[in-house]
Amino acid sequence: MFDFSLMLEKFMEYRTQIAEAVGETFLMVGISVLAAILLGLPLGTMLFLTAKGQLRENVTWSVILNGFVNVVRSFPFLLLVVFMIPVTRFLVGTAIGTVAASVPLGIVSIAIYARQVEQSLFEVPRGVVEAAQSMGASKLGIVCKFLFVEARSGLVLGLTTSTISFISYSTVMGVVGGGGVGDFAIRYGYQRFETELMAAVIILMIILVQLVQFAGSMISRWLDKR
Amino acid sequence: MISLQEVSKSYKSGEGIFEAVQSVSLTVREGTIHGIIGPSGAGKSTLLRMMNVLELPDQGKVMVGGKDLTTLPEKELRLARRSIGMIFQQFHLLNNRTVSGNVSVPLELAGIGKKQRKERVQECLKFVGLPDKARQYPAMLSGGQKQRVAIARALAHRPSLLLCDEPTSSLDPGTTAEILDVLRHINKTLGVTIVIVTHEMDVVKEVCHAVSVVEQGRLTDGFELEVRPGKSDITQRPSYREQLLGKAGMRDV
Repeated sequence: MFDFSLMLEKFMEYRTQIAEAVGETFLMVGISVLAAILLGLPLGTMLFLTAKGQLRENVTWSVILNGFVNVVRSFPFLLLVVFMIPVTRFLVGTAIGTVAASVPLGIVSIAIYARQVEQSLFEVPRGVVEAAQSMGASKLGIVCKFLFVEARSGLVLGLTTSTISFISYSTVMGVVGGGGVGDFAIRYGYQRFETELMAAVIILMIILVQLVQFAGSMISRWLDKR
Repeated sequence: MISLQEVSKSYKSGEGIFEAVQSVSLTVREGTIHGIIGPSGAGKSTLLRMMNVLELPDQGKVMVGGKDLTTLPEKELRLARRSIGMIFQQFHLLNNRTVSGNVSVPLELAGIGKKQRKERVQECLKFVGLPDKARQYPAMLSGGQKQRVAIARALAHRPSLLLCDEPTSSLDPGTTAEILDVLRHINKTLGVTIVIVTHEMDVVKEVCHAVSVVEQGRLTDGFELEVRPGKSDITQRPSYREQLLGKAGMRDV
C-alpha cells in the first residue's frame, strides 16, 4: 500500500536537493526555449519561405534546412547527447554539467520548434500574403507584419508543445551530469529504492507540465482574434 | 492611364500548357470605372493581377503612370504598388489586428509616423462609413463591413488606381449595392481610377463607365456605358424592404 504521508515526509526531507534539481531543469529548459525562439523561429520561417511556391522558393536551401531538421530529429536523443560531446566541449569548454547539457538540448529544441513554426505559417491563408504584396510590402514586412501576426496563436501553441518536449528531454541529462528533476528521481528514487520520493518528483513534473500547457493555451487563446 | 500591351501568360498544367491570357491589349481611361467581365476561368483575374504585377506576364508591357511595371526592379515596383490599391473577394484582412490596425498596416510598412498614421486611418474609416468600428476585430464585422475596411486599407496611401478582384461576389445584393456606392463615391470625389473584375452583369451595369469582355484568355468585346447617378450620400441606404419593393418589383400588400 502506497504511503502518502511517507511521500510528503521524503519530499520535505529532500527539499533542498529537489529545489536544486528543479533549478537545473529550469535552466536547461529555459536555455532551450530561448534557443527555440531566437534560432528555431527564424529557421522555421526559412523552412516555410524556401518551400515550393513560397516567397523565397529555393530548392537547394529547402533541402539543406529540411535535411538538418530531419537529421537532428531522427537521432535517438541520448545518442545525440553523446555524439555532440566534442561540439559541446568546443562551445562551452566542458562536456559535463547543466550548461553543457543545454547544448544538445538546445540543438534539438531549434529543430523541434522550427517544424512547429513552419506548420503554423503554412496555415496562414495565401490571400493575406497577396494582400501584403499588393501594398508593396517587402519580404521582411510580409513576415513580420502579416505572417507572424496571423500565425501568432499557432506559434505560441507550438512553443508550448515544444517546451513540454524539452522538459521531457531534459530528464535524461543525468548522463552528462546535467542534473535536473529527472536525474534526481532516477538516482534518489529509483536507484536507492525510495519509491515514494520518485512518486513525489513525478507528481511535481505533472504539475509543471500542466502549468506550462495551461499558460500556453491561455496566451494563445488571448492572442487569437480570428 | 493604365494600359496592358500585348500581355500573355501561360501556366504548365500537368502535361500541357494552359494559356490563361493570350496577347491582350487593354486601356483604362484615367478617372473612370472600368469593368472586366467574363465567365469563370476566362483569365480576368489574371489580367487584373497583371496591373500591379502580382502576376508577371510572360510577354507584353504593363504601363501605369507612364512606367512599364514589368521592367521595374523590385524596390521600385514596391514603391509603385503603394499608389495602386487592391481589394479582394475574400477581403484578406488581418484577423488578429483591429479595424484601425488593418488600415494602418500599409502606412506602417511605409514608415509613416504614428500621429500621421492615426489621422489618415481615421480619415479613411470615415470615408467608408465605419469610423465607430475602429477598435473592433474583423471577426465581429459583417461581410460588407469587412470589405469596407479592406477598401479603407487600400485607400490609406491615397492611390490613383484601385484594383477590385470580384469585390462583391461573396456579398448579398443589398450589401453589393452598398459597396458599389462606396466605389462610385471614391471615383467621384477622389478621382481614383477603378478597375473591377466581376462575373456579375449587374455590377457592370450599376457602376462602370466602360467594360471589357474576356473569354478564354482573349479580349472579345468592349463597350462604353452610361452611368447611373447613384446616391451621393453613401451612409444613407434604402432599407431591405425598400430594396425589395424597388428592385424586385414587389408590391406592398
